[in-house]
This record gives sequence, C-alpha cells and structure tokens, in this order.
Amino acid sequence: MLEAFLIKLSLAAAVFFGVLNLAGLHTWIERKQSAIMQDRIGANRASIFGLRLFGLFHPLADVLKLFTKEDFIPPGGNRVLHTLAPFLSAFFALVVFAAIPIGNTLTLGGWVIELQVASLDIGLLYILAMLSMGVYGVVLAGYASNNHYAFLGGMRAASQMLSYEITMGISLIGLIMWSGTLDLQAMVRAQGQYLWGWLPLWGAVVQPVALIVFLAAALAETKRIPFDMPEGESEIVGYFVEYSGMKFGLFFMTDFIETVLVACLATTFFFGGWQVPYLFPDGFRFPWGGAIPMAPLAVTLAGIGAFTAKVVGFCWLFMTVRWTLPRFRYDQLMRLGWQYLFPISLANVVATGLALRLLS
Amino acid sequence: MEMATEYQTRDLLLNVGPAHPAMHGIIRIVLQLDGETVKGADVEIGYLHRGFEKMCEQGGYNHAIPYTDRLNYVSPLINNVGYCLAIEKLMGITVPERGQYLRVLMSEISRITDHLTCIGASAMELGAFTVFLYMIKAREYLWELVEQVTGARLTISYCRVGGVKADLPAGFEERARLALRQTREVLAECDTLLTRNRIFVDRMKGTGRISAADALAYGITGPFLRSTGVNFDVRKQTPYLVYDRLSFEVPLGQHGDNLDRYFCRMEEMAQSMRIIEQCLAQIPGGPIQVDEHGRPIAAAEMVDAAKMGRIPEIAGTQPVTDPTLEGSNKIFHQRVNAPEKRALLPPKDDTYGNIEGLMNHFKLVMYGHGIRPPQGEVYQAVEGANGELGFYVVSDGTDKPYRVRCRPPCLPMMAALPMLLAGDMMADVVPTFGSINMIGGELDR
Repeated sequence: MLEAFLIKLSLAAAVFFGVLNLAGLHTWIERKQSAIMQDRIGANRASIFGLRLFGLFHPLADVLKLFTKEDFIPPGGNRVLHTLAPFLSAFFALVVFAAIPIGNTLTLGGWVIELQVASLDIGLLYILAMLSMGVYGVVLAGYASNNHYAFLGGMRAASQMLSYEITMGISLIGLIMWSGTLDLQAMVRAQGQYLWGWLPLWGAVVQPVALIVFLAAALAETKRIPFDMPEGESEIVGYFVEYSGMKFGLFFMTDFIETVLVACLATTFFFGGWQVPYLFPDGFRFPWGGAIPMAPLAVTLAGIGAFTAKVVGFCWLFMTVRWTLPRFRYDQLMRLGWQYLFPISLANVVATGLALRLLS
Repeated sequence: MEMATEYQTRDLLLNVGPAHPAMHGIIRIVLQLDGETVKGADVEIGYLHRGFEKMCEQGGYNHAIPYTDRLNYVSPLINNVGYCLAIEKLMGITVPERGQYLRVLMSEISRITDHLTCIGASAMELGAFTVFLYMIKAREYLWELVEQVTGARLTISYCRVGGVKADLPAGFEERARLALRQTREVLAECDTLLTRNRIFVDRMKGTGRISAADALAYGITGPFLRSTGVNFDVRKQTPYLVYDRLSFEVPLGQHGDNLDRYFCRMEEMAQSMRIIEQCLAQIPGGPIQVDEHGRPIAAAEMVDAAKMGRIPEIAGTQPVTDPTLEGSNKIFHQRVNAPEKRALLPPKDDTYGNIEGLMNHFKLVMYGHGIRPPQGEVYQAVEGANGELGFYVVSDGTDKPYRVRCRPPCLPMMAALPMLLAGDMMADVVPTFGSINMIGGELDR
C-alpha cells in the first residue's frame, strides 16, 4: 500500500515538475518566439557568470524580481479574497493535470504503473469541472480589487469562460459517444486503432469539426489573444491590475499553465495522447511491411516523448496564434461563441449520433 | 420605502487615463458606461501644454523652428515646412526649386512615418503587436533616410526661413528607392495581416463613425475627413511648394468609420511613395548649374566671389566647414536656400571668408536683430499627416513675432471624440482614439 502511495506521489511530483517547468519555460518561449516573429532578438540580458544561454535565465530573474516586490493590496479591497484569488486560479489549473494520461502503463520492478496521476472513470467530467472552477480566481480578483478596470475584467472573464465552457463540453460529446468512455486513458487507447489498416483513428480523424470547435473554445479558456478580453492590455489592463509581486506572477503563470493544459487536452482528445503511429507494445509494425521490435520500456518512453512533443507542438501553435491575431470585441466574442461555435458543436453531436447508428 | 424590491442600476463612471497604457499619458477620458456600452464620454486635454504659441513670441522668428519639431513629433518635418512657409509668405521669399522639392520629399517621408505609427499603434491597441513592430521596422527605414539628410531623427529642425538646412547626401536616391521598396514589402505584409483578417476588419468596421456633415461642422481635416468622403486635401485645394506639379490621388472613404480611416491612411502611404519617387526623378539642380547656363549672377554673389578671389592661394577652393551635412558649404547652400540676406544665415564660407558674410551673420544672430518681416499677418496651411496644419503669424515689424497661432489638426478631432465614442463599446474606445492619431505635442501645443 505504501509503495503504491509512493509511486503515485512520485508520479504526481513528476507531472507537477514537468508542467510547472514547461509553464515557466513558456515565458521564455513567448519572448523568443515573439522576437523571432517580429524580427527582434528578444530577451537575452540575464546572465549568470556571463553565461546567457539565449535568455534562458530570464524566467529565473523574473521570479526573483516578483518575489522581492512589494505585495500591494489596494485600500478598500477585500484582503482575504484578494489573496485567495491567484491561488484559486493556479490551483484549479494545476489539478486538472491529474486526469491526463502522459503515457501507457509502465512496468517497473513488478509494479504495473498507469502513467496517469488519478485514474478517474469520469476523467473528462472532472477536467471540465475543474476548468469551470478556474473562473472563480479571475472573478474574485476582479471583485476584490476595488478597481473598476479589474471589475470589468472579472465580469468579462466570467461571461467569456462560462460561454465557451459549454461549447467546449459539447464539442467533446461526439468523442465520448465514439469512444464510449469518460476515462481519458481509455480514450487514448481507443485512438490506437487504424482505419483501413494505415490511418491512425485519432480524435482529429474521427471528429475534425469537434477539433476546430474545441481549439477555439479552449483558446478562449486560456484568456490569451485573440480571446484576451479579461486582460485586454490596452483597454482595461486586466482583472489583475491591482496585483503585484508573486500574486501577479501566479496569474501570469496560470495563463501559461492553462496554455499547457489546453495543449495537453487537445493532444489527449484529438491527437492520440501518447500514441505513436504504428507503434505497438512490441515495437513498430508498419502497414507497408517491415517491423522494428522494441523493448516495452522503450515503447513506454517513446509514448511519453510523443505526448510531450505533441504538447510542445500545440504550445507553439497557440503562441503563433497569440502573436498573429488581434483581439475580439466582447459582443463579437459572444456572437462567435453562441451563434457559430455552439450550434456547430450541437450539430456535430447529432451528426456523430447518426453516423454511429448507421455504421453499427 | 417600497423601492427596496426594485433593482437600481446606475452607470459606471470609468476614469480612463492619463495613467492608462493607451492614453499616451496625456489624455483623460471619463467614460460613462452602461455595462460595456459607452453612453457618454468627457475628454480632458492639456496635459502636455507647453505654451508653444507664447514661446514663439519670446524669441526671434528662427527660434520657433525647433519648437515646431515638437508639435507633431511623429512627422516633425511637416511642421517645420508649415512654419517656414508662413514666414516666407510674410516676407515674400521664394525658396529655390531644389529646396522646394526637398521640402516636399521630406514632408512625404514624414507623412508615411506618421501613418505607419498611427496604423501600427491602432493594430497594437487591438492586440496585434506583431504588426506594430513590423510597421515600426518600416518607419525605421524611413527615419534612417531622414537622419542621413537632417542629421537627426526626431528633433530635426531641418527647414530655415528661405530654404532648408542641408542638401541631399551623395547616393541618397538609391538609398531612398531601397527604403521605399522595403517599406512596400512591409506594407504588403501588414496588409495581409490586417485587411485580410476578419477579426481586425470586424473590430474596425462601423466603430467610431462620423458623418461628413458632422466632420465638416467640427472642422476636421485630413484622412479623418476624407474617410467620410469629403474631398479636401490642402495639397490639392491650395497647392503649396511644388505639389501642383506632382501627380497623386487623394483616397476617399465612404463611411467615416475606423476601417475607412485605416484604408485612407494605407492608400495615402502608397500615394506618398509615388510623390517621393516623382520628386527623386524631377528634383532639379541648384542655382550653380543655372548660372552656368548664362543667368546673370546676383551682385551680392559677385562681390563675394571677388572677395574670395582676392587671395590667390585660396582662390577657387571650397573650405569644408561642415563634416556631416552638405548644407553649410556655399555650393550646397546656394542650391537649397534662397539668396535672401534678410532672412538666411550666409553659408559658412562667407561667414568666415568675407566681411559681408560675417556682418550678415551677426545681423541675424545678435540679440535685437534677426529676421524682421514687414508688418502684416499671414495664414499658411500645409497638409499635415493628420490634416490641415496651419500657422497664422502676425508681425509688428520687430524681430519677434507678435503672435503665432498654430491650428493643430488634432484638436477638432478630439472635440468630436465624445460623439464618436458614444454608443460604441468600451473596447472600441481605444481603437477609435488610436484612429484619431492624437499627438499630444500638437494637440496641447
């Protein structure tokens, strides 16, 4: 029992470590990728003993700066809620990762470890629930700051995230119908089948419409451009306008954690999670003949590697979108959500139902 | 007290600026918000008031030129040109053709830099930060050109009453054509990123609308007025310098909204590049060449030449007095400046080389002397990047202007801003404000 507990704990630590590091690295990715896109050099000044490492020390410098800054709570603000808000935000973004399978089972010294922190039967519902809870941090931040700008930001965040959550949930229903499960690990395993023997039956192949709707809705959940209405840097500065120091840093990190999270979800639901095309538990077997046998451990590691690569790929995509597009307006965002994405996702559910009935 | 059951709603008064990222630190807008909808706005200006007009009365006529740099600090050359044209009109001076072409050339480069800044800032305020930096990159190509000619990037003080400070450096034409080509590339790229972008078009379309009648009633000019469909461009209506010899179109909009203003500015940049190319092709040589073709040399010049020739050792040599800009040397000075001893400092060759030049120099720079236009008043307008930039100068015959009044193109637009904002959403405030291209230095003077 203790061993099982320790294994889970170390797995959770590994996921936590990976996610936080990736989120921290996102500040660097954001700076460098935007710099490359904009013909700039990007942050490269922070150095340790003259070693600059392409600006990789900047995240460290940032954290150091944020921790040493004054923690300001505006007069008239609610001290408790003001302090609680960033932690709520970051907490609900982080707990979602528990349900995400990062790899297939790992057999180590007689233990068969499911590479998923919490093997929940209702993993998908859990994820959606935790994502909805995330809005509390933002709304509370806006509410507790005693600032009109923050208040507007919080209001925008509430309506935006609630609207898009519904669309996001419905866009996934088709996938649930097809795979017949809410467990994410089972969902990923279901994506290991092949159509006509060569086309991996990933979520993106089965549910292409849902993928597009999901990506749009998920981007809206991250509150980044083009859906950064709650932040709206040049308009209302954002729900975190009255935050300083590491509390602001937490909101900042939450954005990046959510980006990683959405990348993980998109990978898990639509791009086969840890599945590598033509990689079976005994190694590669290609449809055009030929096989490369591999050890079970290598197969599992390849799965983890594939998952990471896909997540990083999505992060890159989101970053590119963020630095290319301008921002929506509030009413346009609502129109897009309710008049376009929501009906499309509903139609997708109906179409999936009909298709499943006809094919069975 | 039966009111308790009823909901009471009241409008949110939101104080935007001056400490707000989009307000340049110099504007305060008090918004009356009903949810996200703007019901009313109160615009407060004056945070950058420096007393430009009063300062102009304190020094001589030439002292005001550096002040004009700081009016519209995104296109300072146009301000320079406008002010100098006004004084020249007062004094009846005509700038040599080359000088006029130079002024047009630099004005149009400035117009492009101004529009680039405006559109780039609008894009940034909508969240498209990348476009902003692309446009600033293109602006950099043009500012490098400006720097090569004037020696400065922003506080250029390029124009003089009666001419300009410096001639074009060697190889300018090729560099200018290269810069234009690079700018066109950037503009094509930005056009794809903005005009073909559904989000951008949706955000701009129908917001910040103003009718042609309202725009005229407020006295709005420039791209802002033209976006409503009114064909008014100072360069076309009352041509100054050599604009009547250049062929260019004046783009007009239809709806008077932010999108049309964006289109107008984009097209005006293309037209300005056309003008620059024509200027580069047409720009004539200076009086030196004309004299070789048999025009009589002015008496003053003849005396100077004789004085110069008196010492055989240095006869015919051209002393190098300015290592950076080709304007102080006599040969260039004559090309770009009027032979006008009442207004223009003589070339440094003369100042250091003969007594007339030295006396002339001191008569202009010493306290209590300087330019003395005849008594009278004059209004001269130029087409600034934002609209009609006018200078109304009253002279009482002394060496200081009695009154210098600047008509800033931004002011009427800012006056119309509350009307533009009312009815739009909170998120439209910033792009509408951006499309006005409010420049604090010009607005508050």
